[in-house]
Amino acid sequence: MSTILSLPDQSTARIPKRNYLTNENGILSWLLTGDHKRIAILYLISITFFFFIGGALAGLIRLELLTPQSDLMATDTYNKVFSMHGIIMVFLFLVPSVPATLGNFLIPIMVGAKDLAFPKINLLSWYLYLAGGGLTLWAMITGGVDTGWTFTTPLSTHYVNTNVVTTGLAIFIAGFSSIFTGLNFIVTIHRMRAPGMTWFKMPLFVWSHYAASILMVLGTPVLAITLVLVVLERTIGIGIFDPAKGGDPILFQHLFWFYSHPAVYIMILPGMGVISEVISTFARKRVFGYSAVAFSSVAIAVFGFFVWEHHMFIMGVSNYSTLVFSLLTMLVAVPSAIKIFNWAFTLYKGSITFETPMLYAFGFMGLFTIGGLTGVFLGSSGTDIHLTETYFIVAHFHFVMVGGMLMAFLSGIHFWWPKMTGRMYPEKVSQLAAVITFIGFNFTFFPQFLLGMLGMPRRYAAYPPEFQVLNVFSTAGASILGVGYLLPMIYLVWSLKYGKIAGDNPWQATGLEWQIQSPPLTQNFIEIPVVTQDAYDYEWLERQKEHEVTQLG
Amino acid sequence: MDHISPVIWQFLVKWLTDFAVIPPEASKIAPQVDALLVFMTLVSLVGLTLVALLVTTFSILYRRERNPVATQIEGSTLLEATWTIIPLGLFLVMFVWGSVLYFRIYTPPPNAMNIYVVGKQWMWKAEHPGGQHEINSLHVPIGQPVQLTLISQDVFHSFSLPAFRVKREAIPGRYTTVWFEATEVGTYHLFCSQYCGTSHSAMIGNVVVMTPDDYKKWLESSTSGVSLAQNGERLFASLSCTACHNGRPDARGPSLANVYGSKLTLSNGEHVQVDDEYLRQAILNPSAHITQGYAPIMPTYQGQISEEGIFSLVEYIKGLDSNYRIQQTTNTTSFSPAVTAKSAAEGTVKP
Repeated sequence: MSTILSLPDQSTARIPKRNYLTNENGILSWLLTGDHKRIAILYLISITFFFFIGGALAGLIRLELLTPQSDLMATDTYNKVFSMHGIIMVFLFLVPSVPATLGNFLIPIMVGAKDLAFPKINLLSWYLYLAGGGLTLWAMITGGVDTGWTFTTPLSTHYVNTNVVTTGLAIFIAGFSSIFTGLNFIVTIHRMRAPGMTWFKMPLFVWSHYAASILMVLGTPVLAITLVLVVLERTIGIGIFDPAKGGDPILFQHLFWFYSHPAVYIMILPGMGVISEVISTFARKRVFGYSAVAFSSVAIAVFGFFVWEHHMFIMGVSNYSTLVFSLLTMLVAVPSAIKIFNWAFTLYKGSITFETPMLYAFGFMGLFTIGGLTGVFLGSSGTDIHLTETYFIVAHFHFVMVGGMLMAFLSGIHFWWPKMTGRMYPEKVSQLAAVITFIGFNFTFFPQFLLGMLGMPRRYAAYPPEFQVLNVFSTAGASILGVGYLLPMIYLVWSLKYGKIAGDNPWQATGLEWQIQSPPLTQNFIEIPVVTQDAYDYEWLERQKEHEVTQLG
Repeated sequence: MDHISPVIWQFLVKWLTDFAVIPPEASKIAPQVDALLVFMTLVSLVGLTLVALLVTTFSILYRRERNPVATQIEGSTLLEATWTIIPLGLFLVMFVWGSVLYFRIYTPPPNAMNIYVVGKQWMWKAEHPGGQHEINSLHVPIGQPVQLTLISQDVFHSFSLPAFRVKREAIPGRYTTVWFEATEVGTYHLFCSQYCGTSHSAMIGNVVVMTPDDYKKWLESSTSGVSLAQNGERLFASLSCTACHNGRPDARGPSLANVYGSKLTLSNGEHVQVDDEYLRQAILNPSAHITQGYAPIMPTYQGQISEEGIFSLVEYIKGLDSNYRIQQTTNTTSFSPAVTAKSAAEGTVKP
């Protein structure tokens, strides 16, 4: 199989002596760093930690569902396990996953800046994340919470007897870390682009992060307000959501989903940015219809704010408002369809190779297409009645979030691993991991679509026996998926010491981040670049190489 | 087959014999919902196949070995317009089709019989007008539209009937409604599908669909002997509603005879249609629902009456077309209405 990999001569190549990793030493130089790249690494370690906790909880859920009875754990325990799984995966993994790691690392370099606009706020954001994460763990260890990640009132305010207040505060704090990240990105993208780097020369990765940042900054405060109201109602009994005091529990649903629907775009948009970079690089081609892809990110962000009520179609909202929100939901599906076709046509007349990041990107395209199309089943109000609150929903958002976002995250991690560490991951075993993940994923979540069609409700510790066969398939698939996730964990750590030296631009990619040394200097650029080329300008890259040769010669 | 584990073998056999992707279609709306589901599945399959074909074909045709140098292409407005407009058109078809179904599912026909359902942690309690009470089960006749008036006594629950393709959230503090017309005799799942705490997964039961004859027999054999309206009348008296809502000229509260379905003018000038929800609110939160011309003197009954009790009162007021019996029960008071024997016998006294 052909490859675009171009590595320096391994017998003489060295990792550059001066880089952001070796610039300063000692634990304090990490804990007090303002360097966006080091903060990205700190984030990467912390979100990986939380991902594996969330993943272990998912394993427990699948084990319990192996049999129809609730026999592995008590129903209360099961309820806590799925609640913590959701809370950890959504707020502590998916929301920060790509933006806080790859985004933090790459956005300043991609726009030609030395750092983000507010390095100290960036560091503060990581500490807030840690505080939120720590508090969540504390809540889990001291008894957990069993409201589901949706904190539905009045269950969360008046009926459960678990750590709702602690968890609510934890998410409140973690929310600010997300707001700060978004704020930093917006300011950096607006104010700190290198000379010549116009909006339409920016990589699509930057565009999609810009769109996601707007959602973070405008949406997250609403979640914060909502959680404060829940905490106040629970502690001092104000009657915002309690019907007995004149409150309205539906109001909670509106407020919660006003954040939590845009939140799914906060999660997926940065992933879409990764896919644009990866597909272009491994097809050696400009992204087909650059501006359509860029604007579709913004369109998703804008429409994303006006569809929240599709989570409430069966909750007794007015039929006519359902009409409006169902229509808007259909509109938000279109930009995603545009992206998928644009990526597919990026391959047309390309020169394609199939390294691991590309395999994950192909996985993303397939799974995200299924996830997106099944979203239309739920956006159409008449079918939503039958499918909502069943395993169909569970399968749908896992296809988007795990099949989409996690695939994109892994694709990006592999793609930029040589830039972040200076070393290559082992290619063969990682291709194997990508294939295992894809197979395991489908085995785990496809049966859940069928379960949902049959009507099996979500969040059930015990279920009627006729659903067992499909649940066994799902659990079996989850064990394959688990292997798929453990493999990268092992070989990526291995590669830190034993991986091949990557050199500056192992993929022959066009982004500014690939024109500097790997791992980069603390200040990224020796001199700030002047940008004349478009994004994904492979002809420019060729000319650069010729230029280099003639200069050396 | 001794090299295959018997457990796996058993599963395979069971799976192949019982395999189903959609639940039974037991209501009038079910085939209509399924038609849209089939349409969407087909469109999705076509879309997915198209994407998969494009990616695979391009990957084979333009792999590096065959095509070492890529041809740079900016894009194509025509192609992009195509894959904007065609998905948009398909999504709009699904939107319209889905909305039509949605309005059908949530707009009960006028001839629907009403059953009241309370959700509480962790059971469903159904109250039939004839005084039949059931827990975690619901008996309905075939071929008759049935409307459910749902409410929750505590947290959100969701009344889910997959075989009927209908579902509605039971919410604390307000009524929601859903309707269906069963078409197939049988016993089907009834789930609570909104997470509601510890025993959420035990809040399940059956909906039993019967022929009209069997249903009649069931109604007769399981009635408690006191219909909802009779229970409501008893409550109306014991909660002293009769003291004010008795229809006398000097009554301190408005007459409730024939009030259900009528249009009221409130003291703040608002016009409201009297329905189940309005009656419930007027009982629990009377000061916000003062009929024009009356003083805001009614105390709240919040906390003094259960949701089932409110159902009884609502059912009673729904059927109330005369104040005669109310006045009979309060005849011992000082005021004695001048009722002619004739009109009393007809039961049409309206002072």
